[in-house]
Amino acid sequence: MFFSAADVKSCMQRVQVLKYAEEACYNGSITIKAFSSGLEIGSCNWTISSPKANIGHVSSSIFQSETAMDFNYHALQGCDAILYSDNSARNILGNVEDENCHFASVNSDLSIKSDTDNSWEVIGEALLNADERSEEMEKLAFIISCAVDSVEAGGSVLVPIGRLGIVLQLLEQLSLSLKSSNLKVPIYVISTIAEELMAFTNIIPEWLCKLRQEKLYSGEPLFAHVELTREKRLHTFPAVHSLELLKIWQEPCIVFCPHWSLRLGPVVHLLRRWCRDQNSLLVMEEGVDAELALLPFKPMAMKALQCSFLSGIKLQKVQPLLKILQPDFVVFPEYLRRHIGPPNSSSSFLGYSENQTLRIPNRKELPELYISMDLATQLSWTKLDHMDTSIARLKGELVMEHGKHLLLPGNEQAISSDTRPLLHWGAMDLESLLAALQKMGIKGSVEQGMSDAGSEIASVLHIFEPSKALIEVKATTTVISASDESLASLISEAVNTILNSI
Amino acid sequence: MAIECLVLGAGQEVGKSCVVVTINGKRIMFDCGMHMGYDDHRRYPDFSLISESGHFDAALTCIVITHFLLRGYVYDNVLCFLSYYLILRYPTKALAPLMLEDYRKVMVDRRGEEEQFSSENVLDCLKKVTAVDLKQTVQVDKDLQIRAYYAGHVLGAAMFYAKVGESAMVYTGDYNMTPDRHLGAAQIDRLQLDLLITESTYATTVRDSKYAREREFLKSVHKCVANGGKVLIPTFALGRAQELCILLDDYWERMNLKVPIYFSAGLTIQANMYYKMLINWTSQKVKDTHATRNAFDFKHGDFTGAEGTIACSPKQSTSSDCSTSELAPSVALDGSTGIETSADRPSSRVLSSKIAGSIGTEEKISYINRSSSSPLLLESDFEEKNGLCSEKTTYISCFTGSVTLKNSVVAVCRFDRSLINAPGPCVLFATPGMISGGFSLEVFKNWAPSETNLVTLPGYCVAGTIGHRLMSGKPTTIELDKDTQIDVRCQIHQLSFSPHTDAKGIMDLVKFLSPKHVILVHGEKPKMALLKAKIQAELGIPGYDPANNETVCISSTHYVKADLSDKLIQTSLSPNFKFLKTRLAADCGLDSLNIKATSPLQLCDDRISEGILTMGKSQKAKVVHQDELLVILGDEKQGVQCANCFPVNMSNFDKIKSADELSGEVQLFDKSSQLYAKLSSELPELNIQDCGEFLQVESFRASVCLLDNCPHRTMDNPCDTFEAVYFCCTWAMEDEKLAWKVISIMKNFGINAP
Repeated sequence: MFFSAADVKSCMQRVQVLKYAEEACYNGSITIKAFSSGLEIGSCNWTISSPKANIGHVSSSIFQSETAMDFNYHALQGCDAILYSDNSARNILGNVEDENCHFASVNSDLSIKSDTDNSWEVIGEALLNADERSEEMEKLAFIISCAVDSVEAGGSVLVPIGRLGIVLQLLEQLSLSLKSSNLKVPIYVISTIAEELMAFTNIIPEWLCKLRQEKLYSGEPLFAHVELTREKRLHTFPAVHSLELLKIWQEPCIVFCPHWSLRLGPVVHLLRRWCRDQNSLLVMEEGVDAELALLPFKPMAMKALQCSFLSGIKLQKVQPLLKILQPDFVVFPEYLRRHIGPPNSSSSFLGYSENQTLRIPNRKELPELYISMDLATQLSWTKLDHMDTSIARLKGELVMEHGKHLLLPGNEQAISSDTRPLLHWGAMDLESLLAALQKMGIKGSVEQGMSDAGSEIASVLHIFEPSKALIEVKATTTVISASDESLASLISEAVNTILNSI
Repeated sequence: MAIECLVLGAGQEVGKSCVVVTINGKRIMFDCGMHMGYDDHRRYPDFSLISESGHFDAALTCIVITHFLLRGYVYDNVLCFLSYYLILRYPTKALAPLMLEDYRKVMVDRRGEEEQFSSENVLDCLKKVTAVDLKQTVQVDKDLQIRAYYAGHVLGAAMFYAKVGESAMVYTGDYNMTPDRHLGAAQIDRLQLDLLITESTYATTVRDSKYAREREFLKSVHKCVANGGKVLIPTFALGRAQELCILLDDYWERMNLKVPIYFSAGLTIQANMYYKMLINWTSQKVKDTHATRNAFDFKHGDFTGAEGTIACSPKQSTSSDCSTSELAPSVALDGSTGIETSADRPSSRVLSSKIAGSIGTEEKISYINRSSSSPLLLESDFEEKNGLCSEKTTYISCFTGSVTLKNSVVAVCRFDRSLINAPGPCVLFATPGMISGGFSLEVFKNWAPSETNLVTLPGYCVAGTIGHRLMSGKPTTIELDKDTQIDVRCQIHQLSFSPHTDAKGIMDLVKFLSPKHVILVHGEKPKMALLKAKIQAELGIPGYDPANNETVCISSTHYVKADLSDKLIQTSLSPNFKFLKTRLAADCGLDSLNIKATSPLQLCDDRISEGILTMGKSQKAKVVHQDELLVILGDEKQGVQCANCFPVNMSNFDKIKSADELSGEVQLFDKSSQLYAKLSSELPELNIQDCGEFLQVESFRASVCLLDNCPHRTMDNPCDTFEAVYFCCTWAMEDEKLAWKVISIMKNFGINAP
């Protein structure tokens, strides 16, 4: 084993659980949010925003789901970069390769108006109105009709499908069909988490699609399996050898159980049992190599139905989607290059491939500092004569919060009001300094340019009243030497008036 | 700029919560309640203050509803605002139709008032409602952001955070800071807030421990039923009934009691179903047990095993038609119709949660599909079969809140009448709370005259209700109206089980959030004034307790925006923390001592002072690092240093080691380290570093000077009388005070040395 249950547990303790649209802040600087992707109950896309850029990560998404909350693509608007990593198209790309002209026609079909306000709505409708849903419903209806046929012929149906949404829908519709065909066939869900899953799916209305939420408001259970369980038409068991299961087991029956690979879990036992029965039916997901998966069970008399369910954004919807999102950059897997990125898009398109670091240029201007008004009024301004600019040294407490730099009034004691300037610039003119000092009642004399060989030219101002002091001036440094504190302080003040300082 | 806060309801009173807040041009209405104590216009907030013309559409950005309490948030008024963005949490939305329908029935049937809204209105209204998840950040429009936080209180209750621009506030609604049996305590993030509007129902009360309260409640109930009495628990707030029920269920099992517990309110039954469905909104403890046992499946009320059951009881759980069976001596009622539940045998308790057995059955007509004519039908049916007088209208109205099946209603009513006067002890939860009318009043009338009976009032009772009269001194008779008088001989027990926070809870929340201002609403005037003073005195936060229709204006945070240069961000990223005491001591302030005493570990991080804000005409303000400023100015830095070279009498220090044993260089180091030891002991608050050739404190450096005519030696008469060592010191201008302090200590060595 690579890991133990304890490892899983300790790992999960570090996991922070988020709700849709809940802000998680890392280090005050990065805000991470999750938005529903529609693929499965609880599945999501992410936005990561920092003061410098907002990035949206699009994983496999479904615009309208029968179970999960719809793909919330509006939340991805305003992202500077979209990291497109819906790889669901990879499997079917082979089929599309030949129809390269596809996109142009789709675009015109969707009647995208450019740069008008309502164009988004038009595209949005196009994204939602397409036939995805009815297509998926047809697929389910077909599976169910096959299942009913099998059951009627006395065979059993084995459904090792991993996708929860599909399983829940099949459960609902299958039970309806069985009822209307007046077939009293038990449905078993065999999994270690079956019972928990059934209970859990009924208490999570906030992750479900609108239609299911409506059920909550009208006081109905979110999924029909609650009722099925109560009517004893649906049974859940942790394992195929559960005592309870053995007691009530009857065939023909319909079994939902893991694992889709047909190598693990209850499916192995049941497949062995039924693979010679020509009336039985196996429903598989696409993505498994059926030949290989079924090899150990050969010769198979059992019927096998392999079905591909919608598992991401259809390629022809990528363009309209990006049009709505209008990111500066679209980063996409390299193999999609031929399908993503029309010449007339405002976005830049960058392809990525495995194990390669991609640098995305930052188009954003400088981040902003939010200086609290209270603090801004306390700043002491210095006007710069020649540049028509005022400058002020900042103080206060710099806070990074939700990706924003805030400058708030800090600890009052920490900011002493009369700090000396930290920075001086400009030229030191000794004559002016002498004049300034004389105004303060300090007397001295200038000793110009004592130039030693090899050393800097230094001028010196000797102070002799009120006490002895010395000001040494070089090209970029001034040194005040005084053994009397108040005199030193006075000289410093005089120097400040001559030099520019802040 | 300011935040304007107009209190339309719950200003210096309890009930009718309604506050309209204007932040940076956005107008948000928080809650929209009614007052249970009034029958006239005072029952509702004065909406004309929002917009005289009644164009609420233009006047409000959105309405936020925090929770349901007292079954009546005035949706008839909300209905006028249909085009709004109305925000509430999922559970609240789920419970809303129930509550509204119930409220509607009470208004129409009991009070005989004109129907203010129909079921269809309620439905239409709910379509406009946006439900939010906890902590979900909703962008109402470009500027307005709203987020819900968990508030405890009742299922679905939330505190709402609203932010427009940089101004932010929290409206708590009602909340609970101590977790109860089914809901956790309120939880909120530490937020930067300009304003906190908090409820203050229990502004001055500090409740004792939950455990003691629970024990007291259980003991009184036990005592009553042991003496053969009937216990009436009028419950109102959703959740209270559930909490008490879990409590009683546990206790009954522990004490092996057989007295039946009835759960009469249809409202509560249906609510129970939602509780089950929305279990992930309740407390963690309940949640954790959910996989194994749903806490809301009360032990003897769980009928999930009964197939197709409309109504059932433990004994009859196999019979699917027992509710319609006229023969069943005491028929338990249909959960889905939400009417009444009971035990079929005295030895069992039946609680209400059997909805599980009936939801989804085809017989069920959802309450939302019921046309407004059906209550009339029910009523006539009822009278026909029972020949009841008009007084019973009340009775029906309360029951029909979520009635769906005609035949069940009959069964319920017959059953229920027998229950009220049936012999033997029992416990009954009945709506509404406060005994303000409806079924609880009906039962109260029958049970109050007997001394053995007990009325337990959980929670607050609004003035004007019977509950309030019972609580404020025990009356012997209560006049219901001119003709009806009730003899009150039963025991009265008051329970502070209210899901409101107490004074400590409010203070804790205010302290935690530390907003700039606090507005108190939903409380009694004198108590609010006391709390306000307490908040001001203990937390130093200005508080307000406006009366209804008063507006409070508070200033809000505003920011000046400036571009921030990369260099400054870089330097800001590497913190240069200093212990604050260092700096304070350097400033020689007397205050520093106090600060040191209170917070010895305070840190000071002044990297921001390397930033310069520049503002030119017709260009955006920019913040740059001081080094960048010079580049912009095209000027060179002028270093300004101060220096002083002076003799220190080191004669006292050389006693231990003879100078001869040391070479010249070592001797110098030795002197410098001796100085270091001395300075460190004299100035423990300074961070003095011994760098070998020199000592350093901040920018101040001191080193032994070997030059004969050091230019910094400006003393008029060099002192040669003692064994002097010259120290040459330099420092930057900003450390002037520090430097002179160190120098004075160095100079005093010779004098002070022993």
